[in-house]
Amino acid sequence: MVQLTLPKNSKVKEGKTWNRPVGDGSWKQVRVYRWTPDDGQNPRIDTYHIDQKQCGPMVLDALMKIKNEIDPTLTFRRSCREGICGSCAMNIDGTNTLACLKGLDDVDGAVKIYPLPHMEVIKDLVPDMTNFYAQHRSIEPWLKTDTATPPNEWKQSREDREKLDGLYECILCACCSASCPSYWWNSDRYLGPAILLQAYRWVIDSRDEATGERLDNLEDPFRLYRCHTIMNCAKACPKGLSPAKAIAELKKLMVERRV
Amino acid sequence: MAMRTPLKTARQLGSAKEGADHFWKQRVTAVANLVLGLFLVWLIASLVGADHATVKAKLANPVIALGLLALIVSGTVHMRLGMQTIIEDYVHKDGSKIVLLMLNTFFAAAIALTSVYAILKLSFGG
Repeated sequence: MVQLTLPKNSKVKEGKTWNRPVGDGSWKQVRVYRWTPDDGQNPRIDTYHIDQKQCGPMVLDALMKIKNEIDPTLTFRRSCREGICGSCAMNIDGTNTLACLKGLDDVDGAVKIYPLPHMEVIKDLVPDMTNFYAQHRSIEPWLKTDTATPPNEWKQSREDREKLDGLYECILCACCSASCPSYWWNSDRYLGPAILLQAYRWVIDSRDEATGERLDNLEDPFRLYRCHTIMNCAKACPKGLSPAKAIAELKKLMVERRV
Repeated sequence: MAMRTPLKTARQLGSAKEGADHFWKQRVTAVANLVLGLFLVWLIASLVGADHATVKAKLANPVIALGLLALIVSGTVHMRLGMQTIIEDYVHKDGSKIVLLMLNTFFAAAIALTSVYAILKLSFGG
């Protein structure tokens, strides 16, 4: 059966409190999940107090302030700090999102930050994305053609190009997949919303000649049909995309090619 | 440590190349259940307070009997498909999964056969 409770060594305990408020300031509590593989301890929640007058507006600004000025052991991924690289995906205030796009003021009270749920934790807020990236590789996310490569570019009509809108913007941050209960229970076999959206992006590409082969590879009770239209993916996506819609389109194509 | 590449793990045993049939049957039976369910509600409403003889007479009408039989077949097929999905979602141990999938089929078949027998018996004046 699926595991509904945390194992004993994963139960989260109360951790340290850092940088208690002093003097005037606009203080915000940031409560962060901490775990390291090095000390054999259970995960803990550390509480950091941040003076918002001395900090940028986003959750990522707070995390970088903590790392730079308060606790350099805090570990998280970040890169572009403007919502295009997908590195800082984490669970903030109960929803998976990008720390760089989530404002501190968007959260009432303490800002609770956890790693993306139901993924192996490497350290603190860094999840292991190995399986996620391998699943992406498995759908062969590149243009596949049998026709000889044209001397210039592969041409595409404006209408066909528009079909990629709402798909090409995906940055593979995994916010959607890590929010999907079906993916939590079956991430070894179910491809999950992000990878299925990417798969649809290539299925619907007018230049790609491997459409049938791609659909063959997706038609599977687990790879595709674990999606039960829960819609957490669309709610979580920090880019405002709808993986659920892309999956529904894939299911429609599966029926269309047989009736 | 499992000495295999992440891609090998992700690809598993490959695509089963099925699933669309299950998906389509679940939708078709859902639509059928909606129509046939309304028919059942009408039938029950028309038989409220009726005695055994009246019910038998009603079910002797082939249209009524066939409607009920269709509802049983569509309903139990839908029930089996739905429960199969739930088992596949939540039960991961191979042994118990296979046993539960089999029991699910047997249970749906038992419900279907018993109900069909009851309807035919009443319909043919039993």
